[in-house]
Amino acid sequence: MTSVGRALGAFGRFWKDFLIGDAPELFVGTLVFVGAALAFRHHGDVAVVLLPLIVIVFLGGSVFRGRARS
Amino acid sequence: MTTSTVVLALAVFGASAVEMVEALTIVVASGVTRGWRSAIEGTLAAVAVLAALVVAVGIPLARLVPINVLRVVIGALLLVLGLDWLRKAVLRASGHKALHDEDAIYARTVEDLSGGGATAARAAAQSWRHGRRDATGFTVAFKGVFLEGMEVVLIVITLGTSSGHLALAAAAAGAAAVVVCIVGALVARQLSEIPENSLKLAVGVMLTSFGVFWVGEGAGVRWPGSDLMILVLVGVFATTAAVLSLAMRRIGPSRRRVALRTGGPS
Repeated sequence: MTSVGRALGAFGRFWKDFLIGDAPELFVGTLVFVGAALAFRHHGDVAVVLLPLIVIVFLGGSVFRGRARS
Repeated sequence: MTTSTVVLALAVFGASAVEMVEALTIVVASGVTRGWRSAIEGTLAAVAVLAALVVAVGIPLARLVPINVLRVVIGALLLVLGLDWLRKAVLRASGHKALHDEDAIYARTVEDLSGGGATAARAAAQSWRHGRRDATGFTVAFKGVFLEGMEVVLIVITLGTSSGHLALAAAAAGAAAVVVCIVGALVARQLSEIPENSLKLAVGVMLTSFGVFWVGEGAGVRWPGSDLMILVLVGVFATTAAVLSLAMRRIGPSRRRVALRTGGPS
């Protein structure tokens, strides 16, 4: 493999580790969060409650999943 | 200085301090075993590359990309990073994941670098006496600082560009590096005394709060109280992390861990 190929591979691995790592559910949660923010942007009151709630649900789920795998 | 600017500076400072403690452990191990000249040169080279990355990526991002797009993308990155830090900190605080042990990392790095036994020790002593360069010491220090520093660069760029305070974010990261170096020099190898998990939990809360806030802002959500909402979010996520830590402690170990301890089926 050329040095450019190796560098690209390392770059890809860095982003995969950074975005997904050992908790892919948090990456999915972030995508759901961004989708919800765009969908509810014109519903101020709903968004203010719903957006932090999405984060809490995915964080709680990920912590429980981490405990089960520990 | 607004509330969000203060929280931003604190978040960058805390995140950089956590990563710098990890980097310093590797640099000290490299300096002790392979000579300080190479370890310090490796550290300075890595810091220079990281600073160049902040300038090369951060400034064009802030100037060329529309601010709302930048906030959504960067807020999402902050959210991924913040949630991952929070998750690990909660699992560590409740005893479901081993604490980050700087002493063990130090011992392991020293052992790896002293691989050649007496010959390596003699070479290190000679390199130290004559102030010669040691390629292994340089590489280990460079990689340690560069890899740990990459997350700091991401945090500086994301928080700095989305808030329009790139210079302040970079200054906060630089201040953290200086403080950690001073503390590291004072406490020598007792880096394990630094409450790394508590720091990681606090920074995770702040990164998550900024992530939620910026994605919302970029998408067009009107937060009540504007920037003050960041403080509310910090309170909400800090409470969530505390409740989750308590709940995890009460629930106890998983069935799999109990089975492993008792030798039963997993």
